Amino acid sequence: MANTTVVLGVIGADVHAVGNKIIDFAFANAGYNVINLGVMVSQEEFIEAALESDAKAILVSSLYGHGEIDCRGLRAKCDEAGLKDVRVYVGGNLVIGKVDTGMVVETFKNMGFDRVFPSNVPIETALREISEDLGHTIKS
Amino acid sequence: MRYILCADFGSTYSKLTAVDLQTREILATSKAYTTIETHILDGYNNALAELEAKIGKLEYDRRLAASSAAGGLKMIAVGLVPSLTSNAAKMAASSAGAKLMATYSYELSGAEAAAIEAAKPDILLLSGGIDGGNKDVILHNAKVLAGLAHDMPVIVAGNKSAAEQARDTLEAGGKPVIVVENVMPRFGELNIMPAKSAIRDLFISRIVSAKGLDDAQAIMSAEIVPTPLAVFEACELLACKGELMAVDVGGATTDVYSMTDGTPTGANTIEKGLKEPFAKRSVEGDLGVRYSVPSLVGEAGLEALAANAGLDPAEVSGWLDAVCRDTSVVAERGTPGAAVDDELAASCVGISVARHAGRLESVYTVLGEMMIQTGKDLGGVQILIGTGGSVINSPGAENILRRALATAEDPFALLPRNPRLVIDTGNILTAMGLLSGINRDAALAIMSREFGL
Ligand code: B12
Repeated sequence: MANTTVVLGVIGADVHAVGNKIIDFAFANAGYNVINLGVMVSQEEFIEAALESDAKAILVSSLYGHGEIDCRGLRAKCDEAGLKDVRVYVGGNLVIGKVDTGMVVETFKNMGFDRVFPSNVPIETALREISEDLGHTIKS
Repeated sequence: MRYILCADFGSTYSKLTAVDLQTREILATSKAYTTIETHILDGYNNALAELEAKIGKLEYDRRLAASSAAGGLKMIAVGLVPSLTSNAAKMAASSAGAKLMATYSYELSGAEAAAIEAAKPDILLLSGGIDGGNKDVILHNAKVLAGLAHDMPVIVAGNKSAAEQARDTLEAGGKPVIVVENVMPRFGELNIMPAKSAIRDLFISRIVSAKGLDDAQAIMSAEIVPTPLAVFEACELLACKGELMAVDVGGATTDVYSMTDGTPTGANTIEKGLKEPFAKRSVEGDLGVRYSVPSLVGEAGLEALAANAGLDPAEVSGWLDAVCRDTSVVAERGTPGAAVDDELAASCVGISVARHAGRLESVYTVLGEMMIQTGKDLGGVQILIGTGGSVINSPGAENILRRALATAEDPFALLPRNPRLVIDTGNILTAMGLLSGINRDAALAIMSREFGL
């Protein structure tokens, strides 16, 4: 089990399940060991799963518009739990309505996310960038 | 095979049950005091004499035994995250019939190591990390445990990629080690059977002897098992009658057993956290009607106990003091002491079942209110059995058991709503669990008849 482990889930009270399955599929196919926590996942659940599994990254989705509130403090809690080396990524419909994408990315980066993926970013792009960060060779 | 003798070596009593397999009947039961000072077989022989006085000398084809003597099977569980591998280790130890003294998480501190040393567990269960997951914590903990002077056997049931290194570290520290499969090999997936059987094997191979039960073992025809394991097996067998729970209120601990898958019974509910096993036991070391009175009162509150018992708090304290001075006192029926004892038992039932049960948490989403369930929903439990001296000897046994039920005050506690209440009047659960090991049909037939199921 030398595969890179990542923890995946949809944060907060969000029930949008389709994108989550697609990300799971894409990462598993690329040779990742994906721990998928599904929908309605709390920050604590992400952290606990990452602790037990020695995950290299946490992939957070937020689709319903409350991402900014739900994601706040995740990075700090990871640091607190001893997960300083774990990368955190976020993607989806990160704010309500039409806000400039650049501003959205900026907001979430300020919260400590390593990369931010608005829903228009193709999953292949996200997969490639994340794999570069983690030093993971994508299986084809 | 006709006559079977079932023995239960307890810390205060030795109990015997004689069974006729042909007629599928309990012929007689008896019990006698056992004390720490006297030989383990003194109580047994006295109980046997009493049994023979009732039904004469019989030729027993099998002699089966369980034991909770000398403090029971004392265990400590160690894991990584409290709600994950620590919880899984706790469930494995509980289901094996252990008296769980403590559960620790993350890297053990010096103070925790000292507490383990002082508690002198019979067995320690070490887990942490899913397979391929975190290794640092289990290896750190192996090192800490290896340094303890108390040489307890350690079962390693954690991350397979770190298990052998943990074993080597522990063995270098002089601890006997058994490595088994991880209690949580994949995230959120419980795998407690391998650890459970390792605990059972260790109990048989080492603990029975360490607890001075060799002489008792010598006259038995099967291996002595921990008493709660026998009760667990009786409950598992009886679960074919419907979703079932049992509560065993003792002097020092209260045990709760549930045989149900615990899936949500309400609408709009999603399950979170560890999926608990169909057959689950929990043991509460701070809840009991004699040795654990101080912690029980601390948890339940003196005022509440008094109000429920319909007594003055001063009157209640008076009796509690008497009980703490001499744990063997028995209240006479109709006295305030008896009312307090009933209330103590009821509190044990209420608190232990609430801890065993799952809970709901309401979250407001844009779609409306949704429920998140952690743990088991016991709402659909059909049979609730009460056992243990303080329950079965009380004229108010059913009221004591009712304390387990759901109330309007706390709709978020997933407690049994409308089970059939059954009192183990004949105190047969342990014996039937033992019997189920050699003849399931007979054990089931006897329990069904005795419990009217
Ligand atoms: C289906 C749907 C629902 C279904 C969900 C069913 C289910 N269980 O999955 C239901 C009816 C339940 C629903 C409810 C709601 N929905 Co809705 N829903 C949709 C809809 C139409 C499709 C979502 C979908 O499946 N998309 C397809 C998948 C593949 O795409 P995706 O989810 O975006 O995921 C991809 C990317 O975003 C990216 N990605 C996502 N996360 C991450 C993370 C990382 C790390 C990376 C790299 C990439 C990444 O990769 C994914 C795969 O390619 C969208 C509109 C739309 N066209 O997107 C609205 C939409 C998401 N919903 C919306 C809203 C407002 C709601 C409700 C609040 C409506 C309400 N008022 O009741 C509720 C919220 C319920 C809740 N608590 O979550 C809004 C969100 C608005 C915003 N954020 O600004 C949307 C955008 C519609 C809109 N235009 O207004 N919804």
